Amino acid sequence: MALDQILVIVGGLTLSTLVAWYFWFSEKKAVKVEAADGGIQEAVIKVKGGYTPDVLIFESGKPIKLNFIREETAACTEQVVFPDFQKQATLTPYKTIPVELKIDKPGEYGFQCGMGMVKGKLIVQ
Amino acid sequence: MVLDPLCGMEVKSPSKYYIDLDGKRYEFCSESCQNKFALEPNKYIEKMKKIEPSYRTTNYGTEKLSLPINGLHCTSCINTIEKEIKKLPGIKLAHVNYATETAHVEFKSGETTTEEIIRAIKNAGYQTGHSTLKIGIRGMHCGSCVTKIEKELKQKSGVISASVDLGTESAIIKYIPGLIDTKAIKNVIEKLDYQVFETSGVKTEEKPISPSGKEEKVKEEPVDENQLAREKEYKTLMRKFIFAAILSLPVILFSYPDLLGLPAQFQKGTELLTYIWLGMALLSLPVMFWSGSQFYTGAWAAFKNRSANMHTLIATGISAAWLYSTVAVLFPEIFPSEQLADVFFDVVFVVVALVVLGMALEIRAKGKSSEAIKKLIGLQAKTARVQRDGKELDIPIEEVVLDDIIIVRPGEKIPVDGILVNGSSSIDESMITGESIPVEKHEGDEVIGATINKTGSFKFKATKVGKDTALAQIIQMVEQAQSSKAPIQKIVDTVSGYFVPSVIITAILSFVIWYVFGPAPQLIYALIVFVTVLVIACPCALGLATPISLMVGVGKGAENGILIRSGEALETAQKLNTIILDKTGTITEGKPSLTDVLTTNGFSENDVLSLSASVEKSSEHPLAEAIVNGAKNKSLELFDAQNFNAVPGHGVEANVNGRKIFLGNLKMMKKFSIELNTLEEQSRELADAGKTPMFVAIDGKAAGIIAVADIIKPDSKEAIIQLKKLGLEVVMITGDNSRTANAIAKQVGIDRVLSEVLPEDKAFNVQKLQNEGKKVAMVGDGINDAPALAQADIGLAIGTGTDVAIEASDITLIKGSLKGVVLAIQLSKATMKNIKENLFGAFFYNGLGIPIAAGLLYPFFGILLSPLIAGAAMAFSSVTVVTNANRLRRFKAK
Repeated sequence: MALDQILVIVGGLTLSTLVAWYFWFSEKKAVKVEAADGGIQEAVIKVKGGYTPDVLIFESGKPIKLNFIREETAACTEQVVFPDFQKQATLTPYKTIPVELKIDKPGEYGFQCGMGMVKGKLIVQ
Repeated sequence: MVLDPLCGMEVKSPSKYYIDLDGKRYEFCSESCQNKFALEPNKYIEKMKKIEPSYRTTNYGTEKLSLPINGLHCTSCINTIEKEIKKLPGIKLAHVNYATETAHVEFKSGETTTEEIIRAIKNAGYQTGHSTLKIGIRGMHCGSCVTKIEKELKQKSGVISASVDLGTESAIIKYIPGLIDTKAIKNVIEKLDYQVFETSGVKTEEKPISPSGKEEKVKEEPVDENQLAREKEYKTLMRKFIFAAILSLPVILFSYPDLLGLPAQFQKGTELLTYIWLGMALLSLPVMFWSGSQFYTGAWAAFKNRSANMHTLIATGISAAWLYSTVAVLFPEIFPSEQLADVFFDVVFVVVALVVLGMALEIRAKGKSSEAIKKLIGLQAKTARVQRDGKELDIPIEEVVLDDIIIVRPGEKIPVDGILVNGSSSIDESMITGESIPVEKHEGDEVIGATINKTGSFKFKATKVGKDTALAQIIQMVEQAQSSKAPIQKIVDTVSGYFVPSVIITAILSFVIWYVFGPAPQLIYALIVFVTVLVIACPCALGLATPISLMVGVGKGAENGILIRSGEALETAQKLNTIILDKTGTITEGKPSLTDVLTTNGFSENDVLSLSASVEKSSEHPLAEAIVNGAKNKSLELFDAQNFNAVPGHGVEANVNGRKIFLGNLKMMKKFSIELNTLEEQSRELADAGKTPMFVAIDGKAAGIIAVADIIKPDSKEAIIQLKKLGLEVVMITGDNSRTANAIAKQVGIDRVLSEVLPEDKAFNVQKLQNEGKKVAMVGDGINDAPALAQADIGLAIGTGTDVAIEASDITLIKGSLKGVVLAIQLSKATMKNIKENLFGAFFYNGLGIPIAAGLLYPFFGILLSPLIAGAAMAFSSVTVVTNANRLRRFKAK
C-alpha cells in the first residue's frame, strides 16, 4: 500500500472520529437562567441556523419566559415547538416573541423547529 | 372627590368653582375650566358621559379592579397572589378566581395604585393580562408634551403604562380592557389638545386637514407579518436561484469541453480554457456567498451549537468541490497526473441553484399547508356594535365585555358567543360547524361568534368573549394539536439526531474507500463520491414528513367541525376496532318529540292533539313540552285550560272549552274507569317500539293515544352503516331498559346493546370491552359521559354549541351528528396513511440514495451518480413531501 493511501485512511478515520465526537459525545454548554426579582426566569434565545443558547437550565416551579428573536428569514426556523407542552410559536423575523412556560416536574424537555432539524433543550432542576 | 368635567382632574367637593345645570352640580378645578364649561356646557357633558362608564371609582375613594391573570396552574397559586396583593397598603379585598383567571381587588385609591397591584402579582410570579394600544399622536412639539400626556394617561384607572414617543409621534399604552377602553384613552389625549390617529407603527404622512378641522383617520388593515416575511424569503430565494441558474449555463458549457465538442481552442490544456476556468472560480464566489449564503450561515450557526443540518451538508459539499477545482486551476503542477487537475465548478453552480429552488418551492407549498389555521384566524370579526347606556357604539372586538348587548344586522358577522335575547334569524354556521344549511335561531338560542347572520336583525347578550369564545378555543386546540407529536414521530426523532453527522462520516469513509480501492483517477472519483453523498442526503424530507401531514390533517378536521386534540389521538383513531355510542343525545336527539297520535270512538286526530296540548300547556314536564311543540308544529289552536290538576304517578286532568280531559297512563284510565278496548294493545306496541304512550280521554270516553319518543337523529342510521363499513363493531350503551334499547338499536342497525347501564358504570363497561383486547372509542356528551370518554382509547365528545374544549375528549365534534364520527375516523386514516407515505418516501429516498451516491452500484453495474443529479434529487425530495401532504387538503368524506 502506497504512503498516500495510508495517509488517506488514517486521515479519514481520524476525521470521522472527530465528527462523531464533536456532534455526539462532546459536552454541550448549558446556560443557567436565574430568576429575576419578579420570580420569572427569563432568557433571550437568538434563532439563527440554531438556538443560541440551546441548552438552558431552569429551576422547577417558577415561571419561565423565553424570548425568541429570529434573526433570519430562512423558513426553517419559522416555528418553534415545545412538544412536551403542546406549545408552539410562530417567530416573526427580527421580533421578540415570548413563550411562557411553567414546569413543575424536573427533567429535560426539548424544543425544536417545525421540522425538528434545529433543536434545543430545557433542563429543569 | 368629584371629577372636573373639563380636564378630568379630581376636585375636592365642594369646590369654589361650580355651575348648577339642570338640577346637577358640576364642579371645577379652576376658574378657567369653569368659564370654558359655561360657554359650551353640552359639549363637555357629552364628553364626560363617554369617559365615565369605564371608571369604577366610588364616592368613598374605593376602587374596584378586575385583573385577568395569565398562567394560573393550580389552586395554591391563588393564595400566593392574594397574599402578595394584601401586603400592599389600602387593600380592602383581594380575591383570585381560579376558574375565570381573574383577580378582584378593592382598594383605597389614595393609598395604592393599579400599577402596584400589578407589580404585586408579578412578584408572585404571574403576569396580568392586558391589551396594548398603539396610536399616533399629532401636535406634540417638545419633551414636555410627552411627559404631560404620559402623566395624564397614567392617572387613569386601567392604564398600566404609557410611553409616548415624540420621534415617531406615537404612544404605546398598556391597559386593562373593561376598566378603560381605547375611546376613553383617545379622549384623554384629545382633551389635552392633541390629535389622535390610527397607526400601525409607521409614521404616516401628514394629511391635509379637512375644512371641518378634523383629522382624516388613516386606517390600515392589519397584515400578517409572518406571511410577508415568507413572501420576501420566497422572492429572495427565487432571485438567488435565477442568478445561480443563469451563470451555471456557460459554466456547464466550459466544464465539459471534450464532451460537448467545443472548438479546439477551448479544449483542455489550452491557455484560453485555463483563463475561463479562472473566471469561473471567481464567478462562483457570488454564487456561493450570495445565492448560497444561507448554507454557510446556517451551517456555522449549527456548528457552534455542536449540531449539524442540511446546510452543513450542502456547505461542505460545495466548498470541497470549489476548493479542489480552484487548486486544480491555480496549481495544476502539484497533481501527479495532468488528468487529475480537473474542475467541478459546475457542481457548485448547479447544486446551489437547485437546492435554493427547492427551498423556494417548499416555502410556497408550506404556505398552503397552514391555510386552514389562517382561515380560522381570519374568521374573527373586527368590530362589534354594542348597546351601552341606550346608545349604539361600534367598538373593537377586544373591548366587548361579558353581558354586553350586541346588535347584529343581516349579512353581518356575529362578533362573539352569546345568547339571543331579541329577534330571530337564520345563521350560517358552516365556518364553525361545517354544517352547510343555515340554522334558525330564536330567543334563548345560543349564537356562535364568527358565524354569519343571514336574514333577520337581532340582539344578543355576550356570554363568552376574548379567548373564551368557541373560535378562540378552536384555534387554540388546532394549534396545540398541530404542535403535538404523533407517536410515529419518535422513530424519526431518534434517527434525525444521528442523521447528519452519520452522512458526513459516510461521505468521508466513501472517499477513503474510493481513494484506496477505486479505479483511476482515484482522487477524482473519491471527490465526486464525497460531494454526491453530502448533497443527496435530505434530512429535511425526514423531519418534515410527520409534522406537515399532521398540520394539514388537523386543519382539515377543523374545517369540518372536527377538533382533534393531538397527534396521538389521530394515530390511535385509525387503529380502533370497536365504537360505543351513547344512545341519548348521540344516536337520538336527546329530547322527546311527538311521534304518534292514535284515535278511537270517532275523535279526530287534531282534536285529540289540540285538547291534550292545551292541557299540557300548564305542565312543566318534558313530555308535555313535546306534545305542545307537536301541536304547534301542526299549527293547531291551543286553548286555556281550567281546573288543571296533576295526579302524581298517574297523569293530569283539566277542563278545556267546557270539555273534561284526562291524560295519563293506564293507572289513570283505570282510576277514572275509562273503557280502553283496543287502545291497550296499541299502547303496548308503541312501548315495544321504544316510545312513551299516553292515553287521552275526553268527557269520560277514551279518545286515543299520544306517543312521544326521543327520536333518532336523521343521519344516525346512515352513519352507523358507514361505521360498520369501516370495519368497526358498533355498540350502543344506555340507561334505558333493554326493551326500549333494543327497539332503538334495531332501527339503526346496531347488534350489540349494553342496556340498563347506570351513568357511573359507563366507564366500567368501556373497560370491560377493552379487556376483550379491543381498541375502543366512546362517543358521548362531554359532561355526563366524561369518565367513559376518558377511559376509552379515544373519547369523542359531541359538542354542545360553544363548549368546544371538552377536557375528557380526544376528538370533539362541533356538529352534533354521528356523521362527524365517521368523518373523524376516515380523516385519521387518511392522515396516517399520508404520514406513512411521507416517512416511507423519506426513508426510502435516503436509504437508497446515499448508498448509490457512495458508489455501491459501481462495482456491479458501473453506475455512479453525478453530483448534479444528486442536487436535483435532494431539492425535490422535500418539495415532494410537502406536496404529498397537501393532497390531504382535498380530503372528502367517502
